[in-house]
Amino acid sequence: MLYKLDAASVAKKVAGRELSSEEYIHQVLERIEKVEPKVNAFITVNKKAVEQARALDREIRDGKPAGPLAGVAVAVKDNISTKGIRTTCASRMLDDYVPPYDATVVRRLQDAGAIIVGKVNLDEFAMGSTTEFSRHGPTRNPWDISRVPGGSSGGSAASVAALECAVSLGSDTGGSVRCPASFCSVVGLKPTYGLVSRFGLVSYANSLEQVGPAGRTVADVATVLGVIAGFDEHDNTTAAGRPSYSAYKKRPLRVGLVKEFIEGADEQVVKIIRGAVDTLAKEGCACEETSLPSVKYALASYYTIAMAEASSNLSRYDNMRYGFESSPEGYEWNSYFSHARGNFGEEVKRRIITGSYVLSSGYYGKYYLKAQQARSIIRKELKSLFKKYDVLAGPTMPILPFKIGEKIDDPLKMYLVDVDTVVANLAGVPAISVPAGFAGGLPVGLQLMADEFCEQTLFDAAGMFEQAAGVRGSPDL
Amino acid sequence: MEYMIGLEIHCQLTGLASKLFCPCACNYRGSEPNANTCPVCLGLPGTLPLLNKKAVEFAGMISLALGCRIPDEIMFYRKNYFYPDLPKNFQLTQYNAYGITSIGVDGKLAYGEKSARIRLVQLEEDPGRLVYEGGSMEKSLYTLVDYNRAGVPLVEIVTEPDFTDPKDVRDFLNKITSIVEHLGICDTNLEGAVRCDANVSVAGGNRVEIKNVSSFADVEKALRYEMTRQKTMVSRDIEVKAETRHWDDARKVTKESRSKEEEQDYRYFPEPDVPSIELGGDFTKSLQRSMPELPDARKARFESMGLTPHVAAVLIDNKELADFFESAIKMHNSPKEIANWLVTDLMGFVDEKEKEAGHYLSGIKAGPAHIADLAKLVEAGTVNRATAKQILAQVVETGEMPSDIAKKTQVTRIDDAGALAQAVDAVFAAEPSAVADAKKNPAAANFLLGKVMQQTKGRADPKAALELIRKKLA
Ligand SMILES: [Zn+2]
Repeated sequence: MLYKLDAASVAKKVAGRELSSEEYIHQVLERIEKVEPKVNAFITVNKKAVEQARALDREIRDGKPAGPLAGVAVAVKDNISTKGIRTTCASRMLDDYVPPYDATVVRRLQDAGAIIVGKVNLDEFAMGSTTEFSRHGPTRNPWDISRVPGGSSGGSAASVAALECAVSLGSDTGGSVRCPASFCSVVGLKPTYGLVSRFGLVSYANSLEQVGPAGRTVADVATVLGVIAGFDEHDNTTAAGRPSYSAYKKRPLRVGLVKEFIEGADEQVVKIIRGAVDTLAKEGCACEETSLPSVKYALASYYTIAMAEASSNLSRYDNMRYGFESSPEGYEWNSYFSHARGNFGEEVKRRIITGSYVLSSGYYGKYYLKAQQARSIIRKELKSLFKKYDVLAGPTMPILPFKIGEKIDDPLKMYLVDVDTVVANLAGVPAISVPAGFAGGLPVGLQLMADEFCEQTLFDAAGMFEQAAGVRGSPDL
Repeated sequence: MEYMIGLEIHCQLTGLASKLFCPCACNYRGSEPNANTCPVCLGLPGTLPLLNKKAVEFAGMISLALGCRIPDEIMFYRKNYFYPDLPKNFQLTQYNAYGITSIGVDGKLAYGEKSARIRLVQLEEDPGRLVYEGGSMEKSLYTLVDYNRAGVPLVEIVTEPDFTDPKDVRDFLNKITSIVEHLGICDTNLEGAVRCDANVSVAGGNRVEIKNVSSFADVEKALRYEMTRQKTMVSRDIEVKAETRHWDDARKVTKESRSKEEEQDYRYFPEPDVPSIELGGDFTKSLQRSMPELPDARKARFESMGLTPHVAAVLIDNKELADFFESAIKMHNSPKEIANWLVTDLMGFVDEKEKEAGHYLSGIKAGPAHIADLAKLVEAGTVNRATAKQILAQVVETGEMPSDIAKKTQVTRIDDAGALAQAVDAVFAAEPSAVADAKKNPAAANFLLGKVMQQTKGRADPKAALELIRKKLA
């Protein structure tokens, strides 16, 4: 039952040669094989994982210092480039695409001793909140396989919850790590914009997104962040320095429960979140209700900016240089491009078309520019709240995990579930989702936000809560 | 008839080592197709542009040289359009809107007696190249794409429509060439390193864009052709359409573009992956300090050495010539003499076509050392001017040193007074009637001099010989 171990335990045992990474990875792969028919978190399993684990064991035997993730099984969202392992973005457009280079975060994971066990499912190009929009079929929520795991990093959260890996990487553009973390009852972090390199992350909306870790404990998430965070010469938007994080420190934090995040949320969710804030108060935090009125602009601003950027980012997929098997013979290039790009899924097409519209001349000022103005208002308001509070709290998702297929035909209803998560992306601040409890057997996540580069504060708050609340356990699969 | 002409000039920053947003070589020429590429310039999923800061400096230098204002902050924008030579299907360029400008704006450049306003200078990436193996799109079954050029830094210079005469355009382009060469940022002799689009309209008529002019020399021709075409149409009461025409290099005419270019909406928006670049006054100040000498200053310096404005201008118009001149005067400090040999004599050996194309020294085997040596020989009186010209002709062909040629063919002057007197005596003996004639008419002495020069194969010092002849006649 080695696959149940958290990352900290695996790394410690592998470093101390109490455990062979090979044996552990072997068990993880068996676990994947066993539960995948129910969960469908993986798109590609890394065939070389055992071999890589064996090589790591050998290195450690030979006296090479063990990294902070020595031998740990990690799953990587399939929109993060892995050299030699196909990276499909769950899209037909990239069915046969094998990157010739590793994303910086992947390289850093490997340098820290991590073993990548596979590439996990997502909504096509990370566009969605349920992991239903995937060429490889929907990922299922391990707590109830008739329900969605959240998205777009559904595979990243579900694989961690289903014990198919110890930790995983997802990407968070508008809540894509935190939403599935909440729905699958794992810890998920969206770091400060510019803290983690995006080199190798396939862009959806580059001014909003960050690569973020998911794990079963706050400590594991902190460890992974410490490995991947910091300046990267391949990404001009990364901040200077290579920070490090500790598990958590119990301290009396000032906590603001954001009224707007509670209003309109499911009653069962609200009850659990209020309980979570009470728990923090019992731990010595000063908790009170506060208000972030500009939340009302968040969704419109977020979707306008995200779709605009997406429409341009996805232009490169014309199937000329890479993509999927399709002969250009007999096409004039314009018609070939149209033909090839017809292979995007419906949701991606919807966002490309909407994004192109808001950028078109005559509408740019009316939509894109206005969205940017709203974004700076939200950012300013949030910044001023962080003068009064160390962390802002609320539910990660306003609702409980819903049935697969329930909202798939109503894009607007689907977009609404992101209302609490997009704020952190618009403002560029870090946010974490930590398991807060269950309502009728379905997970609820507590979202905590802090000021830019205050990830340690989030780990302190979330770690404190995690210890006190003791929301643990794994689903039966 | 009144014409209005405006220009859009593209200069590759060939003086840089790497591309605008990746470490690939800026010099793609001679590489195997698609060998000079990397994940970034191929636009592979997940790659991010990494700004080459040196390119910003180079673009800043051009902006200053063209009298432009440099803003405190610049940004890159995405220009979105689909085309097979564009790996990302958008081009990273700059855009002037919403209070943000490109690296240079509102400049002015004087050329000769005139000047033209510069609307903007912007930094952008070059696309790849489409290759037609059949020679043209019509004659090829398929199109090949070579991305070696994709991402090469390009500076676009846009002028106001301030030109009325194609000759002025030519002078202006020469000036631009000389400036970028002096700044050391662009080798204009490289194929495709400079390109020019022009727009031209007759008074009251529509604006016609001429694209695909791949050499500055052809811009003047393309404009003359287009002006004649428009004039003819106006005189026949035919409306000049607003359109884009392509310059047919082989037939030397402008042609209607085959593919009807639709009105494009480029959906410009700021590139999120390249943070805005703070320039500020310090950037401009430090650039100004490090700017190399520009053509105008160099010309003034040449004139201060005693060169005429015309000679100085000829040298400056082509940096290669000016550099040649400066190297030569370092070896033999006689600016006027050397400049004259260079501008009047050496240039006579250069093929007109090559000159047209700006290759002033191609095929010439004479270097600065040769011209310095030649000037020295003349000034020392070792050979006379006529002989020196003959020597130069030989130098140009063989690359031998002038002093070696002079020694080898014994064309050095007869310095020996005795040898000269012998030659004069021989002529007097052979030409008694001419001698008698010259005694009456002093001007006829020149005939005798000619004979002496003939006898000595030009090696006699004419001055000394004439003196001797006069003495003997008296
Ligand atoms: Zn490159």
